[in-house]
Amino acid sequence: MAGTAAGSERQNRLAPYLLIAPGILWLLVFFVVPLVALAQTSVATGDGPWWDGYARALGNYGTHFLRSFRYALTATLLALVLGYPLAYVIAFRAGRLKNLLLGLVILPFFTTFLVRTFAWKTILSDSGPAAWLLRQAHLLSESGRLLDTTLAVVGGLTYNFLPFMILPIYVSLEKIDRRLVEAAQDLYSTPLGAFRKVVLPLSLPGVFAGSLLTFIPATGDFINAELLGSPNQQMIGTVIQNQFLEVRDYPLAASLSFVFMAIITLGVMAYTRVLGTEDLG
Amino acid sequence: MRVARLGARLLDGYAAMVLGYLFLPILVIVLYSFNKPAGKFNFVWKSFSLDAWADPFRYTALVDAMSLSLRVAAVSTLVATVFGALIALALSRYRFRGSGPVSLLLILPLTTPEVVLGSSLLSLFLDFDARTGFATVVIAHIMFSVSYVALTVRARLRGFDWTLEEAAMDLGATPFRVFRKVTLPLIAPGIAAAAMLAFALSLDDFVITLFTAGSKLTYPLYVYGARRAAFPPQINVLATAILVTSLLLLGATVVWQQRTLRQRTAGGLPLP
Repeated sequence: MAGTAAGSERQNRLAPYLLIAPGILWLLVFFVVPLVALAQTSVATGDGPWWDGYARALGNYGTHFLRSFRYALTATLLALVLGYPLAYVIAFRAGRLKNLLLGLVILPFFTTFLVRTFAWKTILSDSGPAAWLLRQAHLLSESGRLLDTTLAVVGGLTYNFLPFMILPIYVSLEKIDRRLVEAAQDLYSTPLGAFRKVVLPLSLPGVFAGSLLTFIPATGDFINAELLGSPNQQMIGTVIQNQFLEVRDYPLAASLSFVFMAIITLGVMAYTRVLGTEDLG
Repeated sequence: MRVARLGARLLDGYAAMVLGYLFLPILVIVLYSFNKPAGKFNFVWKSFSLDAWADPFRYTALVDAMSLSLRVAAVSTLVATVFGALIALALSRYRFRGSGPVSLLLILPLTTPEVVLGSSLLSLFLDFDARTGFATVVIAHIMFSVSYVALTVRARLRGFDWTLEEAAMDLGATPFRVFRKVTLPLIAPGIAAAAMLAFALSLDDFVITLFTAGSKLTYPLYVYGARRAAFPPQINVLATAILVTSLLLLGATVVWQQRTLRQRTAGGLPLP
């Protein structure tokens, strides 16, 4: 009996490793190893010095990097301004409508991202409804355009990643113990005071997760810039994609991709230090 | 107090406007599936017509793309759901050395821009002279889905009472029987939700697929190419069909989950 007990003990110690093995191996082989391959590709410059790709990446595409981060940052802030109140209303004021409203928030996910962006192209086009409405209100001149502008690109980015902002904020608001808010009000705090001192601090983990989940995909996105913008709005994703798939200048493409990832990783680490929480999941 | 009530009204109105913003393109997609465009591009409203709905499979390339997307999503969801659920099970059921790095490895693909994921996979495939196509797309989709599945299932398993398994074992059940009769039924709703998420992500993925598909066209890739050649309303018809199907599926799972919830409460079993 003692032998089998020891055997099952060993089995138990091994069990978690057996359970994670297939998935973790997959991630190692198809996530970690590719990053190594990318690094190798970036320095495989042939005759030139190994840093040639990096030199060209930083020298020629600085504006694209800066533009991507600027657009993504604006889109993230806009998504926060749009998303937080909606998440708040769903968590605290929706009552029985809560699940329905949550369903409406994730509804866009059920139509293809690309088709959705084409729909924006229709809405914002020169003969489309948005331009017509703004012209009627004399907010847009007769020759003024919505499509192919920075506004359209940032608006598209905001739109596409808004649910990623709303859902984590909603989750963190939902977790807040209602009695804390009541306690604050019992202690003669104004509704705004209770929000500022109780609800807002407790919802910061959601704001943190939501901003990352919005900012990261937004910086790398190139569909919105390509469909809703002009070449003046081109983002770094377009350059990487173009260098990899059309021009096939692999060292440059891989350098761009690697620099991009490095900046994002450093940014995320700095941001985590400031607003720190590890709980992204 | 009146000021506070007015403020609350304004807040509700603002939230409704944001919902409208989220909804607007969906409305356009559905509406334009009923359009009869003047030229090849379904971007300007001309007149109402049921033509596209009457003949949704008119363009074989579009149908092929959709069928490829569905096959990729089916295979990658199946594999990723098994892999991801096993990881989630290990993380929430056991305390083990290395669980920290495992959690980190799960989160990293989600915090890496898609364009980096796609380009690094392409680098790997180029290094090995692998021909990009169905297999490489499936490999890529499994990679990003595993994380989503594992994190979703793990979130559902938080607070799960694992002593139930021990109780079943004390009552003489074999480990396999314990898993089938106790563990699986309790975690099944979480796994189903995660699988639906993985399927939706796979069906929708564009960037990573662009890098790994070679000359193959999935539905999003077809739509991307359509901006140059022709953008028929059939694209909108299929998008609307996906929307309606997902809504029906979502409704069905909600009903199913509520029923298992009721059964479980009736049986006196604690909820996960």
